[in-house]
Amino acid sequence: MTDYKKLYWKKNLTYLAILLSIWFVVSFGAGILLADFLNQFKLAGFPLGFWFAQQGSIYAFVLLIFVYVFLMNRLDKAFDVDEK
Amino acid sequence: MDAQIWTYILVGFTFTLYIGIAAWSRAGSTQEFYVAGGGVHPLLNGMATAADWMSAASFLSMAGMISFMGYSGAQYLMGWTGGYVLLALLLAPYLRKFGKYTVPDFIGERYYSKSARLVALICALFISFTYVVGQMKGVGLTFARFLNVSFETGVLIGIGIVFFYAVLGGMKGITYTQVAQYCVLIFAFTVPAVFISIHMTGNPIPQMGFGAKTADGVYLLEKLNQLSIDLGFAEYTSVKKGNLVNMLFITAALMFGTAGLPHVIVRFFTVPKVKDARISAGWALLFIALLYTTAPAVAAFARTNLINTVSEKPYAEVPQWFTNWENTGLLAFTDKNGDGKIQYLADPNLNELKIDQDIMVLANPEIANLPAWVVALVVAGGLAAALSTAAGLLLVIATSISHDLLKKNLKPNISERGELWAARISIAVAVFAAGIAGMHPPGFVAQVVALAFGLAASSFFPAIILGIFDKRMNREGAISGMIVGIVFTATYIFYFTPQLGGPGTRDGFWFGISPEGIGTLGMIFNFLVSIVVSRVTSPPPVQVQELTENIRFPRGSGEAHDITIH
Repeated sequence: MTDYKKLYWKKNLTYLAILLSIWFVVSFGAGILLADFLNQFKLAGFPLGFWFAQQGSIYAFVLLIFVYVFLMNRLDKAFDVDEK
Repeated sequence: MDAQIWTYILVGFTFTLYIGIAAWSRAGSTQEFYVAGGGVHPLLNGMATAADWMSAASFLSMAGMISFMGYSGAQYLMGWTGGYVLLALLLAPYLRKFGKYTVPDFIGERYYSKSARLVALICALFISFTYVVGQMKGVGLTFARFLNVSFETGVLIGIGIVFFYAVLGGMKGITYTQVAQYCVLIFAFTVPAVFISIHMTGNPIPQMGFGAKTADGVYLLEKLNQLSIDLGFAEYTSVKKGNLVNMLFITAALMFGTAGLPHVIVRFFTVPKVKDARISAGWALLFIALLYTTAPAVAAFARTNLINTVSEKPYAEVPQWFTNWENTGLLAFTDKNGDGKIQYLADPNLNELKIDQDIMVLANPEIANLPAWVVALVVAGGLAAALSTAAGLLLVIATSISHDLLKKNLKPNISERGELWAARISIAVAVFAAGIAGMHPPGFVAQVVALAFGLAASSFFPAIILGIFDKRMNREGAISGMIVGIVFTATYIFYFTPQLGGPGTRDGFWFGISPEGIGTLGMIFNFLVSIVVSRVTSPPPVQVQELTENIRFPRGSGEAHDITIH
């Protein structure tokens, strides 16, 4: 693998690490492990931990994928490995 | 017009639509049959994936389960959506670049081994078949309740419909039918939710409505918490502290299981490019999220409505829907203290009302007094959800048999025409087998579905991930990992599930993990074993290492094809 391609792969892995950390924090973190603590705060009529578990985490999942798609399309173009 | 006539009209209309679409988009080649010719637009593919994924369980059972579980129901919401992030980021683009038809295809090529392909094939068949049985049961139940036919006749009608369009259309027909089915099911799920949300909180968006105030100025969830406590139940929104580890493991098992399910993964072979595979997963999750964020709202509304309608009300004055459901045996009242009123309480000795959680979504429009056509719409939606999933699963079964077993193992010289016929015949056989199994379901369908997720998480997920991200991963590592993962998970589930004949009890659970969540631990074992074994055995051949590197870069993806290593 050329250095150029190695750099592409490394950048890809960095994106994955960041996005998957967010994935973990919103679901397993805010939705489960910290839910009890977050429940003392309110978002409209929702206790916050409950909201993350039943609403917020799902919105975050959808956003994460679209952000990933945007980042990767840009990266593919920059490294000229995109599909013609 | 009453609900009965509306049901005939709506169900008849939607079914004509599905069959029309299937006939119009008939598959002519194996490529069209397996992956719809690889030319489906990502947006449509997203809709089809969503319909494929959301089964009778998502549509009919999930809101009901949440309704009775409160906060903890989130394990299903997060578990069945979070897996798509893993799919989009870790699997879909690379598998698309790899360009194969099936998951066993990938495992077989990447691990240069027929036995690996066979292990994967057996897992794929087992997982898909258990799922189909559950769907056929759902179809039978829905028809039985709303068309006033027997359960068996309901299943037979279902067999006929699926048979017709899956056999004719293949993946191409199924994909376009599923697009229509998605539209029907999402409309059917959200319309009653919007009506009820306006009715209870004045907010037309259910996702916001269940966090809003009711007419008397109290937040709906606070009111529901109070009602729950008054009747002796746990607070609806509060966290069950002793259950956190278990909830974590269940959520993870569902997520990783989702990302390892063959009938979901195969959807990403049907789009033209790697780029499309990524965005397809995004669209799919967006469409799924529409239902999955509405479901908890429906759950909270239904729970509040139910308690307000029945609690402490005289039995003589119950509404019509109550009597209707009593006739099915899914709702039952026994006047224990003889006061003629319904006591609905947490204490099993005083509680007089038994409700099957599966009826909540179907009964919800009736409980909320919505017009008859809405009730009929929900029926059509439930059928769309069950049929679309059944069709997708049957296709995986057919592909596994005709492509992985016949073409790749037993009869490599089979002609294109012969393979196509083999696929059609295996679908036909699978539909009937599933129908018969659905008519006489082993009492443990729900438990077997948990097994399917556990197995997908503990077998396929690590094998695929390591196949993509670890160039050093070899045949020995992957096979031993898959076997350890499957054997451990299956043993634990059988041992601790009394319905499957296991002797174990709750007290014996490791770290309090129930069988539903054990796939996560099996997956961790699989990862560990694979990595250790692969490091002490010889590395994979050079061309496999090159192949692994090649799939990391999108350029040159081409169509899904049959050529192995270049």
